Amino acid sequence: MTIDTSRATVRTTRGEAAVPTVVTIENVSKKFVIRKDNSLKERIVTLGRTGRRNSEEFWALKNVSLTIPAGSTIGLLGPNGSGKSTLLKAIGGILEPTTGTIKRRGRLAALLELGAGFHPDLTGRENVFLNSAILGMSREETEEKFDDILNFAGIGDFIDTQVKFYSSGMYVRLAFAVAIHTDPDVLLVDEVLAVGDEAFQRKCMDKIHEFQEQGRTIILVSHSLGQVQELCDRAVVLAKGEVQFEGTAREAVKNFRDILEDRRVAEATALGEADAAITPGKVLSGTIRAEGRAPGEDFQPGDNLVITMTFSHETPLERWISGFKIENNLGQPVFGTHSKHLGITHAPLHGTATVEYRLDDIQFGGGAFFLHAYFAEPNGLHIAIKREAARFVMADDPTGEGTVRVAASMRQIAG
Amino acid sequence: MTTTTPPTVNSVTQAAATQAAARFERLKDEPMQIAGQPIGAFTGFFGTIRDVIAHGSLLDLLIRRDLKSRYKDSALGFVWTLIRPITQLVIYFVILGQILGAAKGIPNFAVYVFCGLTIYNLFSEIVAGSTGSIVANAGLIKKVYVPREIYPLASIGSALFNFGIQLVVLLVATVVFGKFPAHAELLYFFPSTILILIYGTALGLLLSAANVYLRDMGYLVEVLLMLLMWGSPIVYAWSAVATRATGSKEWLLHIYTDNPITLAVLGFHRAFWLGGSESDYPSDMLIKMGVAGLIGLVLIYVFHRVFSKLQGNFAQEL
Repeated sequence: MTIDTSRATVRTTRGEAAVPTVVTIENVSKKFVIRKDNSLKERIVTLGRTGRRNSEEFWALKNVSLTIPAGSTIGLLGPNGSGKSTLLKAIGGILEPTTGTIKRRGRLAALLELGAGFHPDLTGRENVFLNSAILGMSREETEEKFDDILNFAGIGDFIDTQVKFYSSGMYVRLAFAVAIHTDPDVLLVDEVLAVGDEAFQRKCMDKIHEFQEQGRTIILVSHSLGQVQELCDRAVVLAKGEVQFEGTAREAVKNFRDILEDRRVAEATALGEADAAITPGKVLSGTIRAEGRAPGEDFQPGDNLVITMTFSHETPLERWISGFKIENNLGQPVFGTHSKHLGITHAPLHGTATVEYRLDDIQFGGGAFFLHAYFAEPNGLHIAIKREAARFVMADDPTGEGTVRVAASMRQIAG
Repeated sequence: MTTTTPPTVNSVTQAAATQAAARFERLKDEPMQIAGQPIGAFTGFFGTIRDVIAHGSLLDLLIRRDLKSRYKDSALGFVWTLIRPITQLVIYFVILGQILGAAKGIPNFAVYVFCGLTIYNLFSEIVAGSTGSIVANAGLIKKVYVPREIYPLASIGSALFNFGIQLVVLLVATVVFGKFPAHAELLYFFPSTILILIYGTALGLLLSAANVYLRDMGYLVEVLLMLLMWGSPIVYAWSAVATRATGSKEWLLHIYTDNPITLAVLGFHRAFWLGGSESDYPSDMLIKMGVAGLIGLVLIYVFHRVFSKLQGNFAQEL
């Protein structure tokens, strides 16, 4: 907690001074041509018009413009194939944009794939020097930092063993240690923070926080929305190669969740139609609302929720139970109950039945939640379940994070 | 956290903040640069040279990596670099020279053959090595930006190392089979080697880039290198060709003689092989070499332009 608040103050004081720009992206587009022939023979045979038919054009980025100020941490969000990694590679100079320009200054290090430059036959030590040279460090600089790197990686005497004998964890730890010690002004990170064991992950996160305090710029691609919210001060949502949204991390994450939701609904409709024919029982609907709130509005802590579910069964059903589960957007169960838990026996089901559950005074954490509605045999065997029958969004918690919220306070008792 | 536990949070933040301010100050003065390869016909070429020089230590490490990994875990290690050319020498010397009788018109045939082989191996290693270099380093190219010219150049470096070893063998051979070539013509070594380096670099740049788009290049190059070897006077005498290509066929002789590989091989003969006389060599060799060298330099420039045009799409084609 203390570290987070102090970081916030550093950032606000920084905002007052003129902050130089480190990366400007102007109208950048990137076209990929996907060819289906790859050898000389095929190329010659399909020369000319048929050749063009054999290749497809695909715009991975369309007119992207961004300005990134020094010292900021920018998250790139977007569904798979939305151009996040392409943009990151273009900033890193690995891919050349088809049109538009990317300008940048300062030393750049890319954590795109850890250990990309490692050669299996060389020892750890040799690879450290090779890899740091690839990342732009001179021999002297590397020698100076070698002990730090070794310490951070924590692989001890294995440093003089060929890296092909390393465990995958050691490999990645060493690679990360090298990359993080290159003293970059701009750091590009693509999905690599989830490496190593928990202790090492923590170490990486601490290092990233330290980088932020030192005014380094971090551009981060991650599918972990929590991580983006935790680390970034701004975020950009990309969809089909275009900038969909640009703003604070929180707003961007919300926007991105909406995109995912739209997609989920489309998929669910397609799936639901196919399923219906097979099972004799069906969850016709499942809805959730908060008392006194308009549909689509965010739920607030303390709200009372009403869950309404309608079931149908082709044959009469003497004994059955109804229930629901609520999961957060990562699929973690947050709350669930059913009629048996509550000690209620349903009347026999003839045709359709509608039940209503009430959840009083909810204290869920901020974010999106999903409702799965189901009914089952008395022994618990599901007759039918409607996954993600409804979705609701809890207002973000300004005082904490996690899946539940608790009234918290703090006082200093010593020092 | 254990290793980086700060004394107090405040002092660390303070230090970080001043560090951040210093960083911003420095960044403000740095000019904005276009990400990736420098472009533009002239600035691009020299910009790349500057870029490559800036990455000199990386080039050095890449060459070491190539050499180290090549014979890693083998018992004989670098001795293998010697065994291959020596075997080649024995085959050509015994089979071609003694059994097929190619040695008859050529005194000191062993040294003669090894001269040609040494310089030609340099050329073929450069070309074959750099052709595959970009594809072989695909992992790096897709993940990190360094000037891509470094990869073919690193192949040239490791080829040069092997060349050095063979050169030592050649010098020992001159002593064993005759006497050390201590004469002024030994200086022909330099133009010959430079000529091969120029053409190796030019072709290496072109072929390494082309190989990314057409993987057939690697195999094509193998075949062409084999052909080229017999197209230069390595195991037979230049004069044997010169006496047969006369009159209306003289233009053929010009093509044959004035190509850089033949010139380099002849230069090597002049430098290390003592059995030759004036009639064994074409006239005005130095001038011819100079002209070939200049053309080669132009080719480096042109092929580098091709390389930098193509390199923008390397990462996506690999």
